[in-house]
Amino acid sequence: MNKLLLTAFLLPGAWALAQVPGTMAIHNAKIVPVSGPVIAKGTVVIRNGLIDAVGDNVQVPPEAWVVDAEGMTVYPGLIDALSTVGIPGAGRGGRGGVATPAVPVVEPAPVQRSWGPEDRPQTTSWLLAADEIQADDRRIETVRSSGITTAVTFPTRGIFAGQGSIIDLISGEKGAEMVLVPAAGQYLSLGRGGFGGGGGGGFPSSLMGVIAYIRQIYLDADHYKLVKEAYGRDARGMQRPEYDRALEGVIASKRILLPANRTVEIDRMLRFAAELKQPMILYGARDAYEPAAAELLKRANASVLVSLRWPTPPVRSPDQEDTDTLRVLEERDKAPTAPAVLQQAGVKYALYSDGLDAPRDFQRAVKKAIDNGLPREDALRALTLSAAEIYGVADRVGSIEKGKIANLVLTKGDIFDDHTTIVMVFVDGKKYTPVETAPGGRGPATDEPGNPGGNQ
Amino acid sequence: MKRVLLTALIALAPLGADTIVIQNANIMTEGPKGNFKGSVVVQDGKITQVGEQVLMPQGATVIEAGGQYLIPGIIDCHSHIAGDGGINEGSVSVSSMVDIKDIINPDDIAIYRALAGGVTTANILHGSANAIGGQTIVLKMRWGKSAQEMIFAGALPGIKFALGENPKRAGNPVGGRGAGTTQVARYPATRMGVEDVIREAFNDAKAYKAEWDAYDARVARGERPIPPRKDLKLQALREVLENKRYVHVHCYRADEILMMIRAAEDSGFHVRTFQHVLEGYKVAKEIAAHGAGASTFSDWWAYKIEAIDAIPFNAALMARKGVLVSFNSDDAELMRHLNSEAGKAMKYGGLNETEALAMVTINPAKQLGIDKTVGSIEAGKDADMVLYDGFPLSDLAKVQKVLIDGTVYFDRDKAIAEQATKDAEKKRLQDKERAAQQKQQPTRRPNQ
Repeated sequence: MNKLLLTAFLLPGAWALAQVPGTMAIHNAKIVPVSGPVIAKGTVVIRNGLIDAVGDNVQVPPEAWVVDAEGMTVYPGLIDALSTVGIPGAGRGGRGGVATPAVPVVEPAPVQRSWGPEDRPQTTSWLLAADEIQADDRRIETVRSSGITTAVTFPTRGIFAGQGSIIDLISGEKGAEMVLVPAAGQYLSLGRGGFGGGGGGGFPSSLMGVIAYIRQIYLDADHYKLVKEAYGRDARGMQRPEYDRALEGVIASKRILLPANRTVEIDRMLRFAAELKQPMILYGARDAYEPAAAELLKRANASVLVSLRWPTPPVRSPDQEDTDTLRVLEERDKAPTAPAVLQQAGVKYALYSDGLDAPRDFQRAVKKAIDNGLPREDALRALTLSAAEIYGVADRVGSIEKGKIANLVLTKGDIFDDHTTIVMVFVDGKKYTPVETAPGGRGPATDEPGNPGGNQ
Repeated sequence: MKRVLLTALIALAPLGADTIVIQNANIMTEGPKGNFKGSVVVQDGKITQVGEQVLMPQGATVIEAGGQYLIPGIIDCHSHIAGDGGINEGSVSVSSMVDIKDIINPDDIAIYRALAGGVTTANILHGSANAIGGQTIVLKMRWGKSAQEMIFAGALPGIKFALGENPKRAGNPVGGRGAGTTQVARYPATRMGVEDVIREAFNDAKAYKAEWDAYDARVARGERPIPPRKDLKLQALREVLENKRYVHVHCYRADEILMMIRAAEDSGFHVRTFQHVLEGYKVAKEIAAHGAGASTFSDWWAYKIEAIDAIPFNAALMARKGVLVSFNSDDAELMRHLNSEAGKAMKYGGLNETEALAMVTINPAKQLGIDKTVGSIEAGKDADMVLYDGFPLSDLAKVQKVLIDGTVYFDRDKAIAEQATKDAEKKRLQDKERAAQQKQQPTRRPNQ
């Protein structure tokens, strides 16, 4: 009977396409709301894309389409706290980068050689991910098949790459339909995006150059504001301040994302953000397993996004000698314990896929953190409510609560288990079925801000 | 009887006692007390007593030197270690906006190796790719501490300038790094251009300083004008004009040294040290008259055309003409044996052992303006000292212990003893990784 009901429900239309009945009820499911205790058997009612009711004693409305979820579990939709999904061209260039967007990407114009901070090198701070989203990016379906319903997606090219947006991963016609919050913070990179790639040999060509540039931008932004205010008060007799879109973009950003993997980088970026007086989210955090790093983060009351792309040994031919230092070996061994260490230390953190699009890769990466001491419920929180809290959207996503957006994952088995099957994913109350073999494997990795692997 | 008493005192010492006595050492103080056999007392990181006889404080940890040699910690006036993400911002001919302070990497193994070679303090410089390079910083080799904790508190920061081939090579469209069709050549391409860059930059800096001075004056009068734009590049040069930042100039040839002295005096600033300065012996009087120091190599030259006309007597000749001379490393490897570099000044130029050792201790301390706190073994100074098993200017001498601020940061016996544990841990991790890889490779679960 259960099966019959389900099939009847699923049959019409293409599998990947969403169906939008006004009211739905997920019935007889184990419910893990994250924000409260687990409900052994209960019902979640979805109405007009929002969660209308949740509990063990909830009536199924007569008009509702019913999903009989006997033996299944409902979780809040996962949030990928740092992603590039939906951003044109972002899927290319990653390792095994097959996640090409459906629409060919226009190559950016060749970069003018920069002669100093005044040329605003590698800066597109005015970009807003929400304006760039390609609704037909094939990565959307792949990522959603991991149970991810919400992504904070960023333009990532350059030093000031632009502002990220929080989007719901529906398969829509237009990018705008997906946008939850258009401006979620300015994405900065120091290494790969900074002096590693592009730039035509111009300024900046070193890490200290990138840092000096960022510092100068914020000095300029302060000065720009002063001059503009004065001009606004009384323009007469005053030279017109020149419009600077780079500074406009920086000023419009209410927080910045800075990369840091090693402890020295974490220390450096915490100090830098304090110096710039900018609210900051730190991303990467590979060496956050080191007690010194966790302590620094705790003391600074920092928000941290931990990359799920755990370090792996380089590919070597069999006769090649293993020359990695003890420090590098330790890093590879202990990096997956970082979430557990941060949890223990009471640091505010979330996990992010770091381009691990394929559900199998993503699942395995989360499992690795769990195998390295992170309690399962904490892993779930780090991929739901904690991410929502860091971005200030816990009033609409991140947990199963009445009134929140109906972003849900229905599974057979505990989420993040080896043999778990994701049965359905609901985004904005729209139901999607995960694809068996998702197109696309990996998106680009985030920034490597210093000397990769440390000094040898 | 005395020994028995001493043992009793040691037993009383609390764990991690901050009082240390190094006794029975052949001490080369590089200070007014000269060389003698005796003891040094360290309390709270500072040297409190130096002498043949000292008052033994209660509860002191005693290091029995047994006739080994104790010298002040070695100071390297020119190093490029301990930096992250490159030490050259060579994209522009004036990169004074960048600062080594921002990229200190306390994990650089070169720090530990320098420490094991007796170096306790190093001047970390920007590279020489451009006429006016980045801001520099003095670090103590406090291995294991954080970036901020390595900074030499109170040492005036510096800035790197460079003359000759390096700064003009980057601007040369034929040859040189990064040159080619896609690269836009960077000014300057000649030695004339290098001089012009420096003079122009200081013209700008003076205008910038005037703008800010005028602003400050208006604020002082109680007005509230809009401040001028802060420019990090010119700010660093303004600090040079205001004697708040030392200028360290990379140079080789006599002509460019004279050029630099003229340009500096015309522009109203002072060169603190000439670095490398291989032809300094030709213009030693002029260098001395400007009041600049010279930090050179003992016998390293001919690695390029402008470094051809060098002699190993350079250091001694400059010193005899009244120049304050030091030896530097410019290199992580050379940094590990600056003691024997200093020793070469005894062979070439006939300096005595005190004069020679001064070239890597008190002289670089003076050049960096930190001689009030380091550079010699004197009461009141930081307890930065190195214990060698033999005569420290010899190649055969091995560093036994290195103290910085009275803390032992390197102990040869301890380092050797710990090696086996580290090797075992490394092997364990390698084996673990290999096992995991083998397990992972062939299997692919059927349900995926």
